[in-house]
Amino acid sequence: MRRIPPTAWIGLAIIALNLAALLFGPLLAPYGEEDILGGPFDPATALNWFGLDQNGRDMLSRLLYGAQMSIGVSLAASLLSFSVGLPLGFLAALRGGWVDTVLSRLVDTIMCVPVLISALVVLQALGSSLPVLIVTIALLDSTRVFRLARILGQGINVMEYAEAARLRGEGAWWLIRKEILPNAAAPLIAEFGMRFCFTFLFVAGLSFLGLGIQPPYADWGGMVKDNQQGILYGLYAPLYPAAAIALLTIGVNLVVDWLLAGRTRPQGEGR
Amino acid sequence: MSDILTIRGLRIEAPNGAVLVHGIDLDLKKGEVLGLIGESGAGKSTIGLAAMGWGRGGCRIAGGTVAIGGQEVTAESPAGRARLRGARIAYVAQSAAAAFNPALTIGRQVLEGPRHHRAMGKAEARAWMLELFRALDLPDPDHFGDRYPHQVSGGQLQRAMVAMAMSCRPDILVLDEPTTALDVTTQIEVLALLRRLIQRYGTAALYITHDLAVVAQIADRIQVLRHGKPVELGPTEQVLEAPREDYTRRLVGERQASLAGEPRRHEGGAELLAVDGISAAYHKVPVLSDVSLSLRRGETLAVVGESGSGKSTLARVITGLLQPTAGSVRLDGQALPASYTARGRDLLRRIQLVYQLPDVALNPRQTVGEAIGRPLGFYFGLKGREQKQEVGRLLGLIGLDPDFAGRLPGALSGGQKQRVCIARALAAKPDLMICDEVTSALDPLVAEEILRLLRRLQDELGVAYLFITHDLGVVRRLADRTAVMQRGRVVEQGPTEEIFTPPFHDYTGRLVASVPELRRDWLDQVLATRATA
Amino acid sequence: MIPLILKRIGLGLFTLWLVSVLVFAGTQLLPGDVASAILGQSATPEALAALRHSLGLEQPALVRYGQWLWGFVQGDLGQSLASQQPVADLLWPRFWNTMFLAAYAAVIGVPLAVGLGILTAVRRGGVFDRAVNILALGTVSLPEYFLGLVLILVLAVQNPVFPSLADVYPGMGFAERLDATTLPMLTLLLVTVAQIMRMTRTAVLAVMDSAYVETAYLKGLLTGRVVLRHALPNAAAPVCNVVAFNIAYLITGVVLVEAMFNYNGLGRFMVDAVAKRDLPMVQACAMVFGAAYVILNMIADIAAIALNPRLRHPR
Repeated sequence: MRRIPPTAWIGLAIIALNLAALLFGPLLAPYGEEDILGGPFDPATALNWFGLDQNGRDMLSRLLYGAQMSIGVSLAASLLSFSVGLPLGFLAALRGGWVDTVLSRLVDTIMCVPVLISALVVLQALGSSLPVLIVTIALLDSTRVFRLARILGQGINVMEYAEAARLRGEGAWWLIRKEILPNAAAPLIAEFGMRFCFTFLFVAGLSFLGLGIQPPYADWGGMVKDNQQGILYGLYAPLYPAAAIALLTIGVNLVVDWLLAGRTRPQGEGR
Repeated sequence: MSDILTIRGLRIEAPNGAVLVHGIDLDLKKGEVLGLIGESGAGKSTIGLAAMGWGRGGCRIAGGTVAIGGQEVTAESPAGRARLRGARIAYVAQSAAAAFNPALTIGRQVLEGPRHHRAMGKAEARAWMLELFRALDLPDPDHFGDRYPHQVSGGQLQRAMVAMAMSCRPDILVLDEPTTALDVTTQIEVLALLRRLIQRYGTAALYITHDLAVVAQIADRIQVLRHGKPVELGPTEQVLEAPREDYTRRLVGERQASLAGEPRRHEGGAELLAVDGISAAYHKVPVLSDVSLSLRRGETLAVVGESGSGKSTLARVITGLLQPTAGSVRLDGQALPASYTARGRDLLRRIQLVYQLPDVALNPRQTVGEAIGRPLGFYFGLKGREQKQEVGRLLGLIGLDPDFAGRLPGALSGGQKQRVCIARALAAKPDLMICDEVTSALDPLVAEEILRLLRRLQDELGVAYLFITHDLGVVRRLADRTAVMQRGRVVEQGPTEEIFTPPFHDYTGRLVASVPELRRDWLDQVLATRATA
Repeated sequence: MIPLILKRIGLGLFTLWLVSVLVFAGTQLLPGDVASAILGQSATPEALAALRHSLGLEQPALVRYGQWLWGFVQGDLGQSLASQQPVADLLWPRFWNTMFLAAYAAVIGVPLAVGLGILTAVRRGGVFDRAVNILALGTVSLPEYFLGLVLILVLAVQNPVFPSLADVYPGMGFAERLDATTLPMLTLLLVTVAQIMRMTRTAVLAVMDSAYVETAYLKGLLTGRVVLRHALPNAAAPVCNVVAFNIAYLITGVVLVEAMFNYNGLGRFMVDAVAKRDLPMVQACAMVFGAAYVILNMIADIAAIALNPRLRHPR
């Protein structure tokens, strides 16, 4: 285990904090999600650490409730994206030939259009329900996971030790499990981190545009949108959910950088 | 004073603090050639670069002094050192292809040095460059400089690099394994040209190499190095004929054995492998033409040739990694399916392949025990304690302690890793082991041990070897029978003794003549014979 | 080299066509009845049928696609369902607004980012390098709306240097336009510069570690000359790829920034169209964005080919 640098510790701490919010958010919240406690944008007091939002609800509580939506949806989409992209990418790397060509062309085609545009087009047709959001983002994102898995798989497949295993007569399942995965673990975990960041920011962005997670569910992106007007009066209200989003992204990025230390970051999208 | 380079107490440290060179003294006289000999890790390149005031990869000169013609390099500022580099002391790298900038013409890069150092006027520099091109026998010297590095051959680029180094008329040349990457036949040309150049212009040189026979042709004195420490220093003849130190003696002995090894004589059994009229191509480019070979049980057949001869391709065809365009391969009389995917498990078991680079032949995430154990489990169903015992036995067979089973490849040396690869192959109890340049990437002494191990294993187990190599010394020490390949064809094959006793087949003769011998005057002799031929 | 470039252009045209198919398929062929989505659940069957007829939804998909594409190529982008105006009239002015904003950010951002990337690579490990890296890591992680909000707070509310909403109108003076768009430009800039800088640094580092750069140093050349004559010419192609890569980001980042500053550009326009389920508008916007992405990528790829030394002088 390499020595963990202080920046990575900070990242891990941030992730732990958010995981706690994800799992226990509603339990930890001092007030209910919809409880009106005062006037719009009331300032912070000892009872309300971050003040009240545009409807007079406790900011901190809504942040904790929103964590489940924001982080949960993104986590679900990332996991789905990986479970689709990873096996297909390895398969394309191992089998080569027409399997590789067909899959790669398909992925290239989907990637012709920028992700946001594709997402907007789909959302326009199917609406912004939670399942649609998760599946759409997951499928669009899986293209990038596919590409990375394919390159990693190919890089390992040409190594002599992989060839020795093939010459032995090993099947595809063994090759993936024992030869490719252990040697691709670090870049893959780092990629998961990056995909999560991207998905997380993407979902929040969509919510900010009003096209993401819809009421009655609240999420951080939507909270930024709702509280946005406050900034014009010099109030910090919208900065709290925005900062929460930024904090988690920084934390994951710090850990990803630590995992990739010494290697060049694979050319995957940073967001 | 006549010393052009004086090094005293040189200490070099790596970025992580490890000591690479432990205080060395060195003297180089004007016009003299000093050979720096040693295995990998001896610090020869590091010293050569330090003589220029340069530390590669973050290494730094931690102590001692380097002086060129009285001027102390180590005391200079970075700008001062830069003024000396290229102008008074120049470097010739091992790989010319990597050392040239693909974006600029060769001429531009050769003239860059003189222009920057303002060593001579533009016209004078250009004339000097053309003279160098002519002296180095480069084709079309007047226009050679207009070409780009990727447009010329490897041997020509290597010579262009020498021209680039000489472009400022330096006092000292640091030659870092300049001929190691070249074929044996090309090596002679470049070696002769280098010597002529050095003698003509009176340049002093540090010749860095691990090959004693090569350095014997060009060096006046030899400095033997080991693990960053000096071992022995003396005139070339003395070091070669009467080495004082034990380590030097082992180096000389290994080289001698490789050049005049006792041939093997094995009576093989029935015919095991028959290669019949194999032709193969990569992307429509023919690589093998009508190759036929025969290998008997328990014997060693060496396939020898230079790069491009197709010997490795032959191995890939036999193992089924590459499909031939014509011909067949038979094992024990039975035709083998062209692709390995069509061969059954037992058939795959009987032919094992050992690779050249042990670093990439072992999965860095699998322990030694897992690597050797897998074939045992996969082919013979051995599991658990049985498997562990057998792994231990195999480790003993290759000369490693049983506790190596728990180690990862990263903790092993090059020689140890190659032994593990051999054990992995033996675990399958193969009839035939194909060794593809298995000693080429190892230091000479380590390589010798591996060869001895392979000989012993063959005596004990009766495995047949198909030994692919470019090194004639290895062939003489190991092979019962030999096949010589050139450009995809088998030029000659038969018992090793016969092949390497005159009268020679044309190409074989050239190959044999190109291998440097451990005599100072060998190169002169060869050049003389060529001149009269 | 020319045949390679022609091939790339051909591929670009093919990709453009592919994008049109994807956009059409996405908007017209996804499940869900377009007509009832627009008119709502309580629409009468006659109203639905009339709308379907006016939208031409009864014709086979291929025909509809052909009609749409043909119209598009001629400049007819259809009629907006919400406002009954030709989409083209609404779209192009906003498109130019978006291009203005993107160009404003790119003209300042790309040279700045590439320059910083080169500097930090050459002075690797130094204080400057580490400081810039930390800043970049921070900025890359911050969402546009966070940066935008902070900028509005600091530069528009607390210290009224710039307007907090980016109001632009035709006939506006150039200086006035710059003033209105500076805050959104800064938001776009901060994120793109960080991305491009980090990737440029990696590309240049890879070149700085090559053997021919060491050879240049060993010839006695000084860092300035080594970087200018040896490193940069070989880093040009990878850096082109980096810039191309970030173009995709610029195109989508614009959407968020426009929404936040209420800027009258194509991004905000498209978001509104999606919210209103205005099918022809969404189609047209998606097509324009997609085409811009494909064309910009193609230009960057061609630049990379043209700058590759091995391709300029074949054997």
